[in-house]
Amino acid sequence: MKTYPVEINVNGEWQKAEVTARDTLLDILRDRFGAFEVKNGCAQGDCGACTVILNNKAVNACLTLALQANGKNVMTLKGVGTPDQPHPLQQSFVEHGAIQCGFCTPGMVVSAKALLDSNPEPTRNEIREGISGNLCRCTGYKKIVEAIEDASLKRGK
Amino acid sequence: MLDKLKEKPTTRPDYRIIGKPVARHDAWGKVFADTKYANDYTLPGMLYAKVLRSQYAAAKVLSIDTAEAVKLAGVEAVMTAKDVPHNETVTRFGQTHKVGGFEGLYRVLAEKKIRFRGEAIALVAAKSLAIAEKALSLIKVEYEPLEGVFDPVEAMKPGAYRVGEDESNVICSYKVRKGDIAEGFDLADVIVENTYRVPMVDHAYLEPESGVAWLDDDGVITIRAATQVIEHFRGIADVLGLPHNKVRVIAPMVGGGFGGKEDITVETYIALLVWKTGKPVSLTYTREESIIAHSKRHPYVMKYKTGATKDGKLVAMEAELISDAGGYVFLSPWVLLYSTVKATGPYDITHVRVDSHAVLTNNTFSSANRGFGAPQPCFAYESQLDEIAKQLNLSPLEIRKKNYLHTGDSLATGRVLEHSVETEQTAEKAMEALGEPSQPMSPSEKIGQGMASSMMSYGRMTFLHDTSRSYVSLELDGSVTVKCGVQDIGGGQASSLAQITAEVLGVPLEDITVYIGDSALTPLAGTTTATRQLYMSGNATYKAAMAVRDNLLSKAADILDTAPENLDIKDREIFIKPDIKSDTERVLALDNVVKACAADGVQLYNVAQFNAPARELIDFKTGQGQVFADFTFGTHAVEVAVDVDTGKVNVLKIIACFDVGQAINPLSAEGQIEGGALYGLGYGMVEEVILDKGNTLTPSLAEYLIPTSVDAPDVKTIMVESGGGVGPFGAKGLGEPSCVSVAAAFANAVADAIGVRVYDLPVTAEKIIRALGKI
Repeated sequence: MKTYPVEINVNGEWQKAEVTARDTLLDILRDRFGAFEVKNGCAQGDCGACTVILNNKAVNACLTLALQANGKNVMTLKGVGTPDQPHPLQQSFVEHGAIQCGFCTPGMVVSAKALLDSNPEPTRNEIREGISGNLCRCTGYKKIVEAIEDASLKRGK
Repeated sequence: MLDKLKEKPTTRPDYRIIGKPVARHDAWGKVFADTKYANDYTLPGMLYAKVLRSQYAAAKVLSIDTAEAVKLAGVEAVMTAKDVPHNETVTRFGQTHKVGGFEGLYRVLAEKKIRFRGEAIALVAAKSLAIAEKALSLIKVEYEPLEGVFDPVEAMKPGAYRVGEDESNVICSYKVRKGDIAEGFDLADVIVENTYRVPMVDHAYLEPESGVAWLDDDGVITIRAATQVIEHFRGIADVLGLPHNKVRVIAPMVGGGFGGKEDITVETYIALLVWKTGKPVSLTYTREESIIAHSKRHPYVMKYKTGATKDGKLVAMEAELISDAGGYVFLSPWVLLYSTVKATGPYDITHVRVDSHAVLTNNTFSSANRGFGAPQPCFAYESQLDEIAKQLNLSPLEIRKKNYLHTGDSLATGRVLEHSVETEQTAEKAMEALGEPSQPMSPSEKIGQGMASSMMSYGRMTFLHDTSRSYVSLELDGSVTVKCGVQDIGGGQASSLAQITAEVLGVPLEDITVYIGDSALTPLAGTTTATRQLYMSGNATYKAAMAVRDNLLSKAADILDTAPENLDIKDREIFIKPDIKSDTERVLALDNVVKACAADGVQLYNVAQFNAPARELIDFKTGQGQVFADFTFGTHAVEVAVDVDTGKVNVLKIIACFDVGQAINPLSAEGQIEGGALYGLGYGMVEEVILDKGNTLTPSLAEYLIPTSVDAPDVKTIMVESGGGVGPFGAKGLGEPSCVSVAAAFANAVADAIGVRVYDLPVTAEKIIRALGKI
């Protein structure tokens, strides 16, 4: 199968790969770049576990072709913050008990970051809308909404 | 130990970490993406596996031709039933203590007769996923389609199509008999009778089934898989014909379980492929494969008849439960027994007659799902309660308050409830919090309120003689290691053990490292199922930590020249309690006492085993006996707005009130209650695996819908802390109980809004419009 070279900036670092026209961004993030924090929950765009920020916009990596990401910036959960420099969302997800099994967390935090980047002080309803593409089976969403709201308030200060 | 726990002081002790909303110790790894789930693990030279699945729900396999697949470059193994050393084993699912009559066939790969669509027929391991997929397409299977049977009521009839080889499709039947049911109905002034149906549903955890296996030193096949049960290593070894100590199962953090990872999923397949190739093998199900091929919640058909006197006292309840087990037995006998014992709910009813049957069909097999047979009858009995209340002009709360069981009362099975039963309190609090009905937003909108109460066991059936083990040790610097074979499926199973240990040993939570889920290296703690880990492994860990504490205090007492009972530990310091008079030094650093213990050879570790109270098997002719150690009681209250033109329902309020005994971590406990509420709401409102002659018509999360963040309001949690549980510090279990009664409360709220009742879950817009007679 014909391959094409791509260069993608993942969390601040340019990465190169040869991809086919069929390869998704999810495929190459996990299989080539070792970005296992991008979760594969359905590979059909239904669950949001693979959400990443592609040039400032939250997308499902499973519905994005690797070629579409060529020359662009991708942010995964690891790019949102680190133990040394945690993002307020990461701090508040932990403190609010918004994490249970944790499998939706990478996509959920990334979606929340995209939301706060475009709308720094969302209402609770806007938060619920903002994460409505991210399924969570454990928490019932309440603590996730609270965590995002709290992070937005703390960031606003 | 249990006796000790029962002697609880009336004022609650001043705990340091227990009962505090601390951050779970596993949350940091998850939020910084350091946690490695089953599918995040790769090994050099790893092969990729795929499973060939049946295209028919009922068929005879005439031939399987793998020649072309074997020849494909990059294919390392193709296996069919004939390549499996022990392809068929008779398994006593989940039994460590043998009881008769609960056996089922575990067939690894299908041959001859296919029993459900999606049943595994062949395995492939190849150098890439693409090659493995290509190889599947090259395997030729010749089928002779058979008639099949897809309705459990039909499957029970004499002469029905036989799903397996047995004469009858009925797997098992149970009875409960209390009093004289005819006499009960004679006493009744009002009788309601209806048939209720509940659908097949999926667990829909975010993480599909997944694992990696490899051949380790000394010929040990090691499997790292998303599982609720590492102790399947025995069953896997039996399939391979290996000694049990040559198979090791490791459970990493699991991306949700809910019962769906209780039965074996990928483990046997990858173990076989490792055994065949000698190379590491990984296998992850696609979402479609997950929905088609893993276990489901049992659909039930339930006939209920209930009688009450005119003042609202329940005098008779008669129930017939028929469960659709699908193609294989798996945990159906247990699930049905749970349903049977709980068929009359948390109510004191004078005359009871329950008959139940689990039946094989050619549908996807059913097994464990959060609530394990409790949500099905709860929908039926809670509907009946409201129907009776309506006829008697009583409120839903009034009729329930006249009939709730209390501590000291007996279940219909004769079992006396000796621990705390606070159902009535939970109902009153839930209804108070629900408040006055909201105002409709439009002329076509009707507001409705509903409630439902439930009882759900925590801990396994007492005749299984359940045990758990845990290891606690102090390192020389005062840090603490806990090793316990729990599987953490997201409920905080590991974190709660850290909290218990921190409380007992007086160290901060961050000083504790917990190793979990390794069948070879962590003391076996049993399954993360049956809402049993906090109860069982919490008690085992408490016991182990107390033994270490006793040794520490004994040594410190020597040094301080006082008695051990005068000492306490807090913040890494052992000190003489403030109310004890002492002339000597009052405080010692914990690590100094640890060093003194080490120098003198005092044991700084302990492995403790907790044994659940064991009982003999119940009498299946009458259903009399004790099946469970204790129950968690609670109530859901729901308010909905129904648009009577479109049938659309908006959930306005959900209140969940549970007697949790003692919340070990209130954040985690609330998390279970909130998550359980939405899990159960999905069951009532939207979820259904739709099958057409065994073919799944909803094989994606776009067709199998679960609640999203915009489908429900914030759940309001109210926790009653009676301290009356049999878990550590008086805790009760919450994982399953928290989901049981929501669907029933939702259905009751819709019935209240529209004045007519829907008898089949989920209560969809279409069913509402039909019930209103509009189509």
